[in-house]
Amino acid sequence: MAIVNDEFKESPSQTAGPYVHIGCTPNFTGIKKTYSSDLGSVMKTGPVKGDEIVIKGTIFDGAGAPLRDAMLEIWQADSEGLYNSPQEARGIANPNFTGWGRCAVDLKTGLFRFNTLKPGPVPSPNGPLQAPHISVWIVARGINVGLQTRAYFSDEEEHNSSDPILNQIGDSKRIKTLLAIRQKKGIYSFNIHLQGSNETVFFDI
Amino acid sequence: MNPQSPKKGRYLERDRSWHPEALTPNYKSSIYRSPASKLISFPTTLSEETGPIFGHDILGPIDSNLIHNYARQGQAAIGSRIIVYGRLLDEFERPVPNALIEVWQANSGGRYRHKNETYLAALDPNFSGCGRTITDENGNYEFLTIMPGPYPWPNGPNDWRPAHIHFSVFGNAFAQRLITQMYFEGDPLIQKCPIVATLTSLTAIKRLTGLLDMEKTIPMDSLAYKFDITIRGKRQTIFENKPEGL
Repeated sequence: MAIVNDEFKESPSQTAGPYVHIGCTPNFTGIKKTYSSDLGSVMKTGPVKGDEIVIKGTIFDGAGAPLRDAMLEIWQADSEGLYNSPQEARGIANPNFTGWGRCAVDLKTGLFRFNTLKPGPVPSPNGPLQAPHISVWIVARGINVGLQTRAYFSDEEEHNSSDPILNQIGDSKRIKTLLAIRQKKGIYSFNIHLQGSNETVFFDI
Repeated sequence: MNPQSPKKGRYLERDRSWHPEALTPNYKSSIYRSPASKLISFPTTLSEETGPIFGHDILGPIDSNLIHNYARQGQAAIGSRIIVYGRLLDEFERPVPNALIEVWQANSGGRYRHKNETYLAALDPNFSGCGRTITDENGNYEFLTIMPGPYPWPNGPNDWRPAHIHFSVFGNAFAQRLITQMYFEGDPLIQKCPIVATLTSLTAIKRLTGLLDMEKTIPMDSLAYKFDITIRGKRQTIFENKPEGL
């Protein structure tokens, strides 16, 4: 492992606290005069190819209560498995799809919702394709380092069965915590449990 | 089965002993919000090595000026005027250009402009506490703001936050995403704060302390604090001699 001088180690993380909205989603918390809109609130900026989907859910704490002050960000490929990023060397992603979404959960109910696209599979460094998935990052009061997880899709069994990360987890009960469950066409439910018997798998990536 | 060798992970692994633990009981909110299972580790893949990029065109002309970006015409936020500036680098000491940095903070009385805020200190009608900028080609950033006030918070019977500014930092890969806080050199509340104390090393706390910089101060105008930020770095590919990951 490369040795990094303390002076150049990653800046240590601190909690986002309960007022993350002021800086990240100011319009959401009623600060309307500063930015014209909240970043990440729209992922599709024009016509897009592929299946348009909604991912919605709630984050639960160890007492079973919904988090009502959390913020999530998601990052994903387009329907052809291409990322809208300068680091994407395999082709050009759909320019009308940012691939990045940000959502503050509802202050009363704790619900989050993303209007996005079903991503295509993407390569892994060496080995089989990664199944279609969305990278998820969660910050809130009480979370000292942003939590990384992934949403896979309940209706992608074939891809899921050969996904290298899901296979690394192995335990089918834990894998289930990473599945966005298809409710009906285009609607997926993805609930996140920070603790308890259904604790979501979190990653150190 | 893990077909990927950890040595081939392209972003340096996070040093979890340097960051706070998930469960830090003296910071009570962490008790029900900390996963109990071990994190599952794997080397970064394309999904983490890519990330959103924001152009300078998203910025309004005074987004980084918190003294004026919410103020009425001809008015200004109340408080001691300060410049907060620094460089964004990666762990290999390479500057990170064109990276979005968002900040938020309390006003000079320690009050946040937020629906859930209940502290009795007064709101400043000319201050939202919200700002953002994008680093320049050398990784430099700068904000103009007012010194935030300390404030009490419900944790222990008498806990106070030291003055601080929250920072949300993007690089160019989702793996680099970071939220942290900047404290102010010399603040006696730093060593009493249960959130600061989630960091177990003094070196780490020092890294989050902005330093008074008289050189950057503008006489008769603003004090200046310097706060450099580091995000995760990507290993160079072997045999490749051009800089990568920028």
